[in-house]
Amino acid sequence: MTTVYVPRDSAARSVGSDEVAAALAQDPALRVVRNGSRGMFWLEPLVEVETPAGRIGYGPVAPSDVDGLRPLLATGDVTHPLYVGRVEELPWLAGQQRVTFARMGVTDPLSTQDYVAHGGLVGLRAALRRTQAEVVAEVTASGLRGRGGAGFPAGVKWKTVLDCPEGLKFVCCNADEGDSGTFADRMVLEGDPFMLIEGMTIAAWAVGAREGYVYIRSEYPDAVQTMRAAIDLARAEGWLGERVLGSAFAFDLHVRVGAGAYICGEETSMLESLEGKRGTVRAKPPIPAIEGLFGRPTVVNNVLTLATVPVILADGAEHYAALGMDRSRGTQVFQLGGNVKRGGIVETAFGMTLRELVESYGGGTLTGRPVRAVQAGGPLGAYLPESRFDLPLEYEAFAAAGAMLGHGGVVVFDDTVDMAAMARFAMEFCAEESCGKCTPCRVGAVRGVEVIDRIVAGERPDENLALLEDLCELMTDGSLCAMGGLTPMPVRSAVAFFPDDFLSRKP
Amino acid sequence: MRIEEVEAAVRKAVAEHRDDRGPLLPVLHAVHAALGHVPESAIPLLARELNLSRADVHGVVTFYHDFRRTAPERRVVRICRAEACQAVGAAALVEQAGALPDILAEQVFCLGNCALGPSVQIDGKTHGRVDGPRLRAILEETR
Repeated sequence: MTTVYVPRDSAARSVGSDEVAAALAQDPALRVVRNGSRGMFWLEPLVEVETPAGRIGYGPVAPSDVDGLRPLLATGDVTHPLYVGRVEELPWLAGQQRVTFARMGVTDPLSTQDYVAHGGLVGLRAALRRTQAEVVAEVTASGLRGRGGAGFPAGVKWKTVLDCPEGLKFVCCNADEGDSGTFADRMVLEGDPFMLIEGMTIAAWAVGAREGYVYIRSEYPDAVQTMRAAIDLARAEGWLGERVLGSAFAFDLHVRVGAGAYICGEETSMLESLEGKRGTVRAKPPIPAIEGLFGRPTVVNNVLTLATVPVILADGAEHYAALGMDRSRGTQVFQLGGNVKRGGIVETAFGMTLRELVESYGGGTLTGRPVRAVQAGGPLGAYLPESRFDLPLEYEAFAAAGAMLGHGGVVVFDDTVDMAAMARFAMEFCAEESCGKCTPCRVGAVRGVEVIDRIVAGERPDENLALLEDLCELMTDGSLCAMGGLTPMPVRSAVAFFPDDFLSRKP
Repeated sequence: MRIEEVEAAVRKAVAEHRDDRGPLLPVLHAVHAALGHVPESAIPLLARELNLSRADVHGVVTFYHDFRRTAPERRVVRICRAEACQAVGAAALVEQAGALPDILAEQVFCLGNCALGPSVQIDGKTHGRVDGPRLRAILEETR
């Protein structure tokens, strides 16, 4: 019996992995495992075969390739045109430091045996042996910062919740990954859900919470389904419930599904939505760590933040903090997308340059045209021209350059991109998705679209550019949250780095 | 839609989620799944069942893009218009889809398939590397 792996990740499914898996499963000599994706999407569907020499890959495999491939699989044939070699030795993968994504694509996401066999639960067991304060101290010492985009130290947040008087507390995972160009959260939910469950359980133990919520966006139906199945399995194994791993600690977890509102990725909007309300932003203070879900102390962390906690507890804070640079410790899971030849997940220590990511890993554009710009950090992140590609990928360097790392998404554009149109889109998106609570965002975004239209139409461009700058300043300073506050970032960077796109159509 | 049908869907959804904390969103999702939309007549029923004001329920239903107020008359195709898909031709796809008479093309911002765009979602399944001809082929195959 030969074991073959065909990913169940929704990106792999989007290009036909279900059909490939079904075709392979017709062969009784093959055992088909639906693994997560390795995050090398240009190779999807990537079929891997277990051989004595390790796992060998073929990709991208179309359903029509299966008949030709099937008889060759048992021998690990190297002459097939889709043969890519030993998967773990592919330079794209071998050059990475996969810490959070160590199991990604390797295991069956819903196999509890696979999870334990590949280092699962070691972190949780280590946490349960320690006091709450010790666990918080470990996370603080690791230097782990919130991977959702804000980069706030996770340990500091946890300590605030721990220091609140005992009583009802919550752990909430923000899995409303709405930023274009980001898909790492989705991959964790679909490809290694037990890791998130373990991380949330550790967080709950550390702060004294008994109840947790994973808020997943409705655009990710596969993630919702996989996460729910994983929680049921974890309960059956005693990893969740009244006695977590046989200890006296009780914790249970629930999945909640969003309803198509980008703003619910903002933590206070997410809490409102979890409470069954409109997803409008709350003013801070009070911070959610003190008055969060239903007014109770609440840990709100992004998927990647919580998913990284188990390995920190398993291997120790020092081990994690040894990676990275300056105040950006550990690894970041970068997501490379858009017009790029080799898109996917690049997990590496902070500090690699943008150029290395886009050129070495990405291999340039899919269209083969020159790269003109990248947008880093999602729809609220800056557009950067090729001249800025030597920026190191870490929080402070990006902030100093007027950009942000955000959730680690990098979207590549070729030289056909119209940057005035992208700036207009940033405002249009904000107008569409604003929660409406504060005026600078609600009204400013609409005025932003109008003023960009006037500039592009050649209507008093200098005055209107000044007006746009004024509007951006107002939105940045006056908005209640990052939606209105950061929408000017892509707009201003587009104006600063690509001014010709705004003015070239002057009559 | 008959009021009895709406009542039954609301009652079933509320019964399933009564013990949830802040149950309105899960209840609305359940009603939406059962009826294909959240009809106006469901709002007072939901308000009464959940001890909320009609304004509260109305406010939530209208805030979230997912909750339709009327049943869609054509097949819904959600096309990603976010930046990563724009970088590989989402605008052209939106235009081509708009010309197809038997579908209702809706915009969505990011399906998390940013390395394999342009992306669309049909009946809960995401499809990648979609252009006009491939969209027509998918619609044909999954009809």
